[in-house]
Amino acid sequence: MPRKIFPNAAAALDGLLFDGMTVMAGGFGLCGIPEDLILALRDSGVEDLTVIGNNVGCDQHGLWHVLANHQIRKVILSYAGDNKLLEQSFLTGEIEIEFNPQGTLAERIRAGGAGILAFYTRTGYGTVIAEGKETKQFGGKGCVLETALTADVSLVKAWKGDSEGNLIYRKTARNFNPMMATAGAVTVAEVELLVDVGDLHPDHIHTPGIFVDRIFRGVRHEKHIERRATRERAPSSDASGAGG
Amino acid sequence: MPWTREQMAARAAREVKDGFYVNLGIGIPTQVANVLPPGMQVTLQSENGMLGMGPFPYPEDIDPDLINAGKQTITELAHSSYFSSADSFGMIRGGHIDLTILGSLQVAENGDLANWMVPGKMIKGMGGAMDLVAGVQRVVVLMEHVEKSGAPKFKRRCTLPLTGAAVVDLLITDLAVFGIERGGGATLLEMAPGTSLDEIRAKTEASFR
Repeated sequence: MPRKIFPNAAAALDGLLFDGMTVMAGGFGLCGIPEDLILALRDSGVEDLTVIGNNVGCDQHGLWHVLANHQIRKVILSYAGDNKLLEQSFLTGEIEIEFNPQGTLAERIRAGGAGILAFYTRTGYGTVIAEGKETKQFGGKGCVLETALTADVSLVKAWKGDSEGNLIYRKTARNFNPMMATAGAVTVAEVELLVDVGDLHPDHIHTPGIFVDRIFRGVRHEKHIERRATRERAPSSDASGAGG
Repeated sequence: MPWTREQMAARAAREVKDGFYVNLGIGIPTQVANVLPPGMQVTLQSENGMLGMGPFPYPEDIDPDLINAGKQTITELAHSSYFSSADSFGMIRGGHIDLTILGSLQVAENGDLANWMVPGKMIKGMGGAMDLVAGVQRVVVLMEHVEKSGAPKFKRRCTLPLTGAAVVDLLITDLAVFGIERGGGATLLEMAPGTSLDEIRAKTEASFR
């Protein structure tokens, strides 16, 4: 078996997890989350985790399982809605939440993987986000100094991957996964289709395999939909307008 | 007669120009997409990583890998593209999006915007709102003129924590439209039919010309 390929999520995480570690997990809401890896993380029982992700699952889904198992100490995210348990855990003081503007969160992770230790952004200048951080004017515009984020392990989800760890994502399931793949000391990729080298066109690869240490084919792929929105078929429906 | 939500959305749609790249917030702003003039070429951005957002899918076409920033299922169009959250916010912060239309809790006369948290209530988080107001070329706010209690929402200074300082260009309420000079002052541009200047003054804390 090629060196990066593992048979399942538990095997792919073997030897990587420890109490007090920092874990990044891809996804926007439940779209593009590594479902098998999240359950394997829960089953491992590691505690005192710092979790970096745009959200921490929603009720009964995704990272909610790790939260419900009391394994998380701190979360770094941009949006904590749609998750009553997170709300309760925050109010009782069990969990610390660090709120980030979504673009700042994405860029902190990108910076972490790209060797940029900090950067200035206009986002959040003049708000509570800037409190306790250095600020500076560039061209008359106030900016906030934000620092990079990295993790002991990054858990990412892709559509297709090969034995070298090259990844291709699908539609809006890409979101935070590409940056997180670059920002983990070890990156584990869960894919829907695991193919041989040569099956992915080199021009179509989103994440080059250098960023991926371990890869396996997931089995769960539940892909729960948070808000099912549809339209009716009408005889003279106007399909050209943008919705949603 | 105050403007209805649909009329407010229609007024906001007049700020959209042919060829614009636009990001619409959740709530009334989403409705702006439904009232754009036919034939106008407008590309909607969804900050979770898509340009060229299409309408909601037919039930049999639902794809869990294709959602908007409100987590609703959507569709793609012939010119759509997908990208990472880092690229998405690069577009937003980098000034490549022409217009964003957002809801708000409060707006101040200098263009300060507060729409992400109310102290004492659960903080859901700002999501992409702070990045949008910091980087998009033109920021239009749609909100009710007063709270349910009758308290003005267009204020001298926001009392809620800010989403952005001096970021609003145009404020559309159910009673009036105000132009705002970022960091400067507000100008009353339009009033809803049957609304008097006295009524607007009585329901507005902000000063305006």
